Amino acid sequence: MTLEATPQADTPVELVTLTIDGTQVSVPKGTLVIRAAELIGVEIPRFCDHPLLEPVGACRQCLVDIPDAGNGRGFPKPQASCTMEVAPDMVVETQVTSPVADKAQKGNLEFLLINHPLDCPVCDKGGECPLQNQSMSHGYGESRFIDTKRTFPKPIEVSKQVLLDRERCVLCQRCTRFSEEIAGDPFIALLERGADQQIGIGPGPDGGGEPFESYFSGNTIQICPVGALTSADYRFRARPFDLVSTPSITEHDSSGAAIRVDHRRGKVMRRVAGDDPEVNEEWITDKDRFCFTYATQGDRLRTPLVRNEAGDLEAASWPAALAAAARGLQSRKTGVLTGGRLTLEDAFAYSVFARVALQTNDIDFRARAHSAEEAEFLASHVAGTGLGVTYAALEQASTVALVGLEPEDEAGIVFLRLRKAARKHGVKVVSVASHTTRGLTKMFGTLVRTAPGREAEAVAGLELDARSIVLVGERLATSPGAYSAVAAAAEKSGARVAWVPRRAGDRGAVEAGCLPVLLPGGRLVSDAEARADVAAAWGVDSLPESPGRDVSGILADVLSGGRTGTKALVVAGVELDDLPDPEAARKALKKAQFVVSLEVRESEVTQVADVVLPVAPMVERPGTFVSWEGRRRSFEAVLSEPNSLTDLRVLAGIAEELGRPIGFRTVAAARAAFDELDAWDGERADAPTVAADAPADDPLVLDTWRLLVDDGRGQDGQPEYHASARRPVIRANAATLAAAGVEPGETATLVGTTKVTLTLPTEVADLPDGVVWAPGNSGTPLTALGLTRGAPVQILRGDAPKSPSKRGTSPQNSEGGAA
Amino acid sequence: MTDTLTPVLTDDWADDRAWTLENYRRRGGYSVLETALRSKPADLIEQVKDSGLRGRGGAGFPTGMKWSFIPQDNPKPKYLVVNADESEPGTCKDIPLMMASPHKLIEGVIISSYAIGAKQAFIYVRGEVLHVIRRLRAACREAYEAGLLGQDILGTGVDVDLVIHAGAGAYICGEETALLDSLEGLRGQPRLRPPFPAVEGLYACPTVINNVESIASVPSIIREGKDWFASLGTEKSKGYVIYSLSGHVAKPGQYEAPLGITLRELIDLGGGMREGSELKFWTPGGSSTPLLTAEHLDVPLDYEAVGEAGSMLGTRALQIFDQTTSVVRCVLRWTEFYKHESCGKCTPCREGTFWLAQILTRLNDGEGQEGDIELLLDLCDNILGRAFCALGDGATSPITSAIEYFRDEFEAGMHTPSAELFPPAASTLFAKEAAV
Repeated sequence: MTLEATPQADTPVELVTLTIDGTQVSVPKGTLVIRAAELIGVEIPRFCDHPLLEPVGACRQCLVDIPDAGNGRGFPKPQASCTMEVAPDMVVETQVTSPVADKAQKGNLEFLLINHPLDCPVCDKGGECPLQNQSMSHGYGESRFIDTKRTFPKPIEVSKQVLLDRERCVLCQRCTRFSEEIAGDPFIALLERGADQQIGIGPGPDGGGEPFESYFSGNTIQICPVGALTSADYRFRARPFDLVSTPSITEHDSSGAAIRVDHRRGKVMRRVAGDDPEVNEEWITDKDRFCFTYATQGDRLRTPLVRNEAGDLEAASWPAALAAAARGLQSRKTGVLTGGRLTLEDAFAYSVFARVALQTNDIDFRARAHSAEEAEFLASHVAGTGLGVTYAALEQASTVALVGLEPEDEAGIVFLRLRKAARKHGVKVVSVASHTTRGLTKMFGTLVRTAPGREAEAVAGLELDARSIVLVGERLATSPGAYSAVAAAAEKSGARVAWVPRRAGDRGAVEAGCLPVLLPGGRLVSDAEARADVAAAWGVDSLPESPGRDVSGILADVLSGGRTGTKALVVAGVELDDLPDPEAARKALKKAQFVVSLEVRESEVTQVADVVLPVAPMVERPGTFVSWEGRRRSFEAVLSEPNSLTDLRVLAGIAEELGRPIGFRTVAAARAAFDELDAWDGERADAPTVAADAPADDPLVLDTWRLLVDDGRGQDGQPEYHASARRPVIRANAATLAAAGVEPGETATLVGTTKVTLTLPTEVADLPDGVVWAPGNSGTPLTALGLTRGAPVQILRGDAPKSPSKRGTSPQNSEGGAA
Repeated sequence: MTDTLTPVLTDDWADDRAWTLENYRRRGGYSVLETALRSKPADLIEQVKDSGLRGRGGAGFPTGMKWSFIPQDNPKPKYLVVNADESEPGTCKDIPLMMASPHKLIEGVIISSYAIGAKQAFIYVRGEVLHVIRRLRAACREAYEAGLLGQDILGTGVDVDLVIHAGAGAYICGEETALLDSLEGLRGQPRLRPPFPAVEGLYACPTVINNVESIASVPSIIREGKDWFASLGTEKSKGYVIYSLSGHVAKPGQYEAPLGITLRELIDLGGGMREGSELKFWTPGGSSTPLLTAEHLDVPLDYEAVGEAGSMLGTRALQIFDQTTSVVRCVLRWTEFYKHESCGKCTPCREGTFWLAQILTRLNDGEGQEGDIELLLDLCDNILGRAFCALGDGATSPITSAIEYFRDEFEAGMHTPSAELFPPAASTLFAKEAAV
């Protein structure tokens, strides 16, 4: 049974008592009869009914007899129990006790099957199909239909990923209702009528018959009660009864969404949404659903590699590789760079490894633009704060302000919950951003139009109260003063603040202390008491007290090459193009005397590393992600791969070789060691108080974030999924485009500080003058252009110029040339 | 009970250029409009209630009571929607009424809108009848020019605007909630009730939806008085209505008479059956009402008596079939109509009509199978009262009633095509000429 999460209401729930099949039951007022029956163990068959969608009463499968509606009078005809609310003293007779209801249900099932192909033996849904199951439990064994079935050519592509076999469809409208109500992407709709009625590609917002362009399209496949909707990815690949299912958690964002991973003979076949009313309800993004093939690409690392004297990477045994890593790190000053894929337990292991085995605070998980202000904010407002703002809280807020966060792209489940909050509870969504996105429109939100870098002023001007929530995104690190302004605004209004990072491992890394200024649980490196507390727990005399350096600081230290500088790096889960200056990182890795890389797949780092240690992808290991809410989301290994080691097991091996063990070898032990530290009640960091920069006079600056479907490596191996991506565009307002001599819609080229450029079609949007928006990693990562958010940028009309350094030194030149 | 014709709605149909404002005024039209608009809305509702006027669209719900359901304390705008999506097989009263006398409807719209507190009214006209849409629009324009519609009508301070909306060709849009969806620009499919249109109708605002004939009857009640109206008809079925006589009668057409007249009287008024004809079966109110036979010739045609006879008064679309007609073929044609017009929203109607049509086709072809009649009846039982709206119920009426009265013809369908038993040419209007 699926019931919506009951909000933590302060008011007592008003109960209504009725009788179903002779059994008295009390349920909250407003409950539908179909769900009240579930509470006494009677499952009324249904197709169109879904607890998270508005009732529609279309399929007529759930008919029951109501001899007394509570007023002494009954209904002369059977009623749809999915649309009828309970009433006091109502008497309901379901198929269990009423021959009328039973015949109505059986007759309806017979109707549903006359035009159904009954191709269960070749249908993906066969074995887990509500139509099949309910035909068995509530239908006639044999059909009386000996006539001609309606047929359709099969299948049609609703999108590249979602395929529709119309003749299997029972027209319950779950998919269209999901698209319209939950996702807000009503690109599919009913067409034609009578027995020819079918689902098709709807007219779309522009009336042009657009493809099903939704980040949430896969949910329609899952809620389809028949095999009408299938994914190109899974179609004809497996039978449900051959699959082994394991509950898990998404690794693609910080939502903590519950998923279920289905595998067969050691291979993951598909992923579906888990049912967690507190978190993702029953929905996940297409990225959560379809992106699991990254771990089985050809570049997967299977054995440890050690660079030999000839300079080539050579396969090595684990003991040899661990010993080589330890030898290289033994007497070198080392920095630790970790990325977003780490679990809480792994992040904790890196944190301990840096402090205990390497005797340094030079550790930072922020493989992206970052700032000292951000670290202070994380220390004061995020680390060690436990479960803070929750999904449920979003629905009860007065206003939710988004600052530097585009939830539809960066935290899809947050987007869905905010859309629900706005639709059902009238929550006001306000976005401090450069322009109105489709996502903001779908959250019925309003824009506080803000150029990148100017967030601090905009936040100071927000109207917040004690019931407001501010959600901040990680790209505020590019806007000096913004985190400070958020902290100040929250302090002043009593509004609550939550940090919504893009990556699954980020919140866990903050909790584990993968920051130069933080120890686990929000303890400050600078606080002697905190250091002593942690040192005692870890069984060491002391922890290093000199404050660490952040990612940029560590890399700069390597590059500076001084005698006391950093000479070695331990790198895990870092893509160089994610870093604000990938060129500098490349140089630093080259210059470092010794690099240890812990990776799942080959990367730019493994190519230059001296020791490469293969680690387990999440399906092959247990772990915990901490969601943006601060909620611990633990998962077990899906596949049993004894040769696949976790990061923490590998680190334990190196530390033991170094003679300074980290104290645990397994995920369970790491979790226990982390929990032993428990909540910190000592000194906490102060909120940052950084002033905003004075407005720069750059004629054109860049705003950017990453689209949900883009070129990230976690999405590799999914051509159909990528084919459903939104068309990447460069956005600016009409005046800005005109100043650059670009007609709206025609292509333009983005030019940064390197020879790499990015050419995309343009689109007019309501950005401020002098701001241009481009996707962060669609086609070419913007960091390869030498661009970070807020940086000065140029746009040129048309395709990439041959030598960008000579042509188009300013947009005006380009315009002159065109005229 | 009176048994003579009482032309009220049809009184001016034979006039020269009957549809003009000038002719309508000559006949006394709009003469009481100002008085009506200066009286209290509640009094108007009371008058219509007391007159006993019941909905002429088929269901016969008391019109005044429907109006009184509009919550007047609701701050949202109120709307009047006239259902002119006349599409039921056999029903043909609203279209000639709107062609001949559009101002009767418009005057009714103005008074009714004022009574329910609506400043905006719509007439949703079946899209196929372009000539009617044009005539209504012309009449609407005349009324605006004469100050009868728009702001401050006749200086009374009452505002009523009227939109003539063309439907897009779907029988289901005659169902009032599907009509509202269609009027809003959505796909025409019936809505879940509650909320009822009186509370959340058009654009989620309180809305009254009435049939053309109901609204067109309102001016006469105001002009001649509720007691005059209530004096016509039978005890519970008051007033006059249009009876549409079609089929194998000598003079098919519209016959306006008080409720309670019998088919025998109407056929007599229509010059009897066509030559050589004898009545075999008939529908009292279109194809969705169970058919009746010659034994029901003396049933008073009002809501109660027809109901007691096992059918429904419906839209008084009296389709008369004589002995040349195959009931199986006739029922098949109707069923094909319902199959074609089923909106597809709910399973029983969508799939049921699809299936029924195939069984009836083989019975009509003389290829029926053992058990087909029982199957038809059982499928009808699985549709009736199980569908989302009344369209599904209506689709079963001709089948179950035809089997009740003419089971032997269905039995014959097991071996003999209907075309052999009842050659189709004999049923045509010009059968004799065709035979030559």
